Formats: sequence, C-alpha cells, structure tokens
Amino acid sequence: MEALFDNREAILAGFWATIRLAAMSALLSLVLGTLLAALRVAPVPVLRWSGTVYVNVLRNTPLTLVLLFCSLGISNTLQLNFDVYDPSFNGYWLAIVGLTAYTATFVCETLRSGINTVPLGQAEAARAIGLTFFQSMRLVILPQAFRAVITPLGSVLIALTKNTTVVIVAGYAEAAFVMKEMLYESTGGTLEIFLGFALGFVVLTLPIGFLTGRLARRLEVKR
Amino acid sequence: MALENVNKHFGELHVLKDINLEVAHGEVVVVIGPSGGGKSTLCRTINRLETIDSGTITLDGEPLPAEGKALARLRADVGMVFQSFNLFAHRTILQNVTLGPLKVRKVPREEADKEAMELLDRVGIAAQAAKYPAQLSGGQQQRAAIARALAMKPKLMLFDEPTSALDPEMVAEVLEVMTGLAEAGMTMIVVTHEMGFARSAARRVVFMADGQIVEEAAPESFFTAPSSDRARDFLSKILRH
Repeated sequence: MEALFDNREAILAGFWATIRLAAMSALLSLVLGTLLAALRVAPVPVLRWSGTVYVNVLRNTPLTLVLLFCSLGISNTLQLNFDVYDPSFNGYWLAIVGLTAYTATFVCETLRSGINTVPLGQAEAARAIGLTFFQSMRLVILPQAFRAVITPLGSVLIALTKNTTVVIVAGYAEAAFVMKEMLYESTGGTLEIFLGFALGFVVLTLPIGFLTGRLARRLEVKR
Repeated sequence: MALENVNKHFGELHVLKDINLEVAHGEVVVVIGPSGGGKSTLCRTINRLETIDSGTITLDGEPLPAEGKALARLRADVGMVFQSFNLFAHRTILQNVTLGPLKVRKVPREEADKEAMELLDRVGIAAQAAKYPAQLSGGQQQRAAIARALAMKPKLMLFDEPTSALDPEMVAEVLEVMTGLAEAGMTMIVVTHEMGFARSAARRVVFMADGQIVEEAAPESFFTAPSSDRARDFLSKILRH
C-alpha cells in the first residue's frame, strides 16, 4: 500500500486526466455518432455512402493506429496543432480527436440498431404531418432510438473509458501512463500497484453501467 | 384532388392499374373492396408515402412534388390517419397533437396548446391529454390520431382502414368522429370495411379489386344494385352475415 500512498498525488492526477479524456470524448462521440447515424439512414445515397465508408474505415482500424496517426501524423508531420506552446493541452485535444473519431463509429452503429427498433409507422406518421427528414429524425425517431439503446451505449462508454489508456502511445499522461512510470521506478509492490489502478478503473466504469441501466428502465418507451 | 392514369408495381405485382379518380372539395369518398386490391396503396400514394410509376396526381391543380421541402408542405396539407394509429410513443397525447403545428406551421406554443385541447375535446378525449399513447385504448388512440391530423388544418383527410385494428366496441366511437367530420364539410377519402359508414357518410363509393377501380357509384345505388359482377360477388359475401 505504501507505493500507492506515496504516489497518491500523481495517481489522482493521472485518473483526473483519464476522466477529462473520457468525459470530453464521450460527449463529442455522442454528437458525432448521432450525425453519422443520421447520415447512414439518410434518403440521399451520397450521404448514406459517406457515412458507411467513414464507419467501416474507423471502426475496423485499431485504436492504437488511430491515436498514433493523431500524434505523429497530424501533429508531427502535418503540423496541425491545437497549441504548439502547450504540449499537455495539445496532447489532450489530439487524443480526444482520435478517441472521438473512433468511438463515434460504435455510437453510430449502436444508435442505428436503435433506429431499427422504432416501428416504420412512426416515421410515416412524422412525414405525414409534414416534418422534413431531419425534423422527423430529431423529434420522433432519434429520441425513441436513444431510449432503446441506453444500456448498449453504456457499454460503449465503458469501453471508451478503458480505451483512454491507449492514449499512452500518443504521449498524453493519464492513469495508465502513471502506472507505467510507477512500475518502472518501483522496487516492489508490483501487484498492489496493478490492483490499485485496476480498482480505480472499476470505480470509474461501474457507475456508468449502473446509471445507464437505471436510466434505460426509467426512459423506456411503452408501446 | 385528381388521379390520372396512375400505375404502380411492387416488383412483378401490378398493384395500381390505370387509376383515374377525382375528389371534389367537401366530398367524402369511401373506397371499399377485397384485401390486397390496392385500396391502401391508393390512399398512400396521395401523400406520396408510396411513389407511383406513371400517371399524375394533382391537388388543387398542382402536381404532387417529388421530394424535399415542397413535399413536406404538401403532406402538411393532407391529413393521414393510419390503421395502426402511429401516435408518437414517446410523447403525450397533447404533444402528439401540437408537434405539427409547432414545428411545421410555426404556431406559438400557447395557441397550439389551446387549439389542440379544443380538438381533443371535439374527439372526446380532452381528459387524456397528459397521458402517453400506450395508456389509452385503441379507440382513444385513433381519435387522438385524428385530432393530430386535424391540428394541421388539412385540405384533405386520408383514412387508411382507421377501424380495422380496433375492438368492435371501439369502432363506433371512431366512426362517430369521422361522421362528424364529414358533416362539417371535410374532404375525405376513407378506405374501410365498414359498410354502415360507407352507406351513411359517403357521397360516393369506389369499389376496388385487383388494382383497378371496378365501380364508382352513389352508396345507395352501389349497395342495392351493384353493376359489376365483382362488386356483386363481394357484397354477397360480406352482407350475408
């Protein structure tokens, strides 16, 4: 326990970075994923096609590659940066770009399966009162689709929270980075360091599953 | 409202064959006929929930727009009532009725709420305004769906077998609302199996079978002396019981 206690500030700072990464990426990937889902069911073939290509490319690329591309490709080679004078800030946002681009595809596919649970008659009724495609998506279809997939969306967010550890390859210091440093420098207590960090992630992710489960029951659409 | 030489196929199946039909302002036309005869499809082509392969459909002399904003505007002017109600399941009855006026007509919230309550009162379910569709009986849901369509102040109302999914006890309450509408001068096209309603409320009965309009007549002459064999056969089967 000593190893953990002595490094508590570094550990807490690491988990705080993890939380900030996960929260911001979650928010942005929900937005991007919703847009992608709308594209994938759009009546215009070009929109559908571009949504499909994006999802299939990003979803089937390992996250490590996506994040390496963000840090080495976008930042180093292309010199596209958020703020060159603040490496930490820059690394944070580059990591978020990668995590969001990747996670949004899973949000999209989850949401699309939710759209499939909404009876066709709902869309027909929406069109019949004169709503446009995007209005009927926003006001009728997506609200019902979201409620149907809250639990699986929770799983996507849990996966995202744990996936933040891959950011280690992009050079942003979060919990996994702190653990690596500690293991590297420590002379003992390897197991307790591992268990301490593992527990930290359980504390972060368990409530996501619990809350989304409750939310799903409360917001369920009765038919 | 006029259809001219309208044709439609579902794959190999020719579901609408050279349909010609005109409906005047304030007219109530009831479409009857055997299942699979193209009645529902005909109804759905009029607000373009189904596309057509050839022919023209015009409303007030204007051809139906193919897509986009113009099509949405047309649909706002044509009320539609479905067999399976299709109320928005995540919204209350009041919210179902006000959605169109608020988002399509851009009516202010207060006015939309007030008009919606008047409509719900007219169809006899004002007390259910705050409930969700799943909490209502089928008859109440269908009356709410009629109120939702009326809230758009449509020029024309389409009813696609509005009572076919209802328990027998609830058919009457929905037909009553529809009869009231017909008497108030609403232009209506009603696909139904309710012969009583066809007899009492229709100005004209259209008999459809195998994708064709077989016969068109005033209800009295249609029911007492149908001119085609197909209609005679159909009527003999359903009126026997």
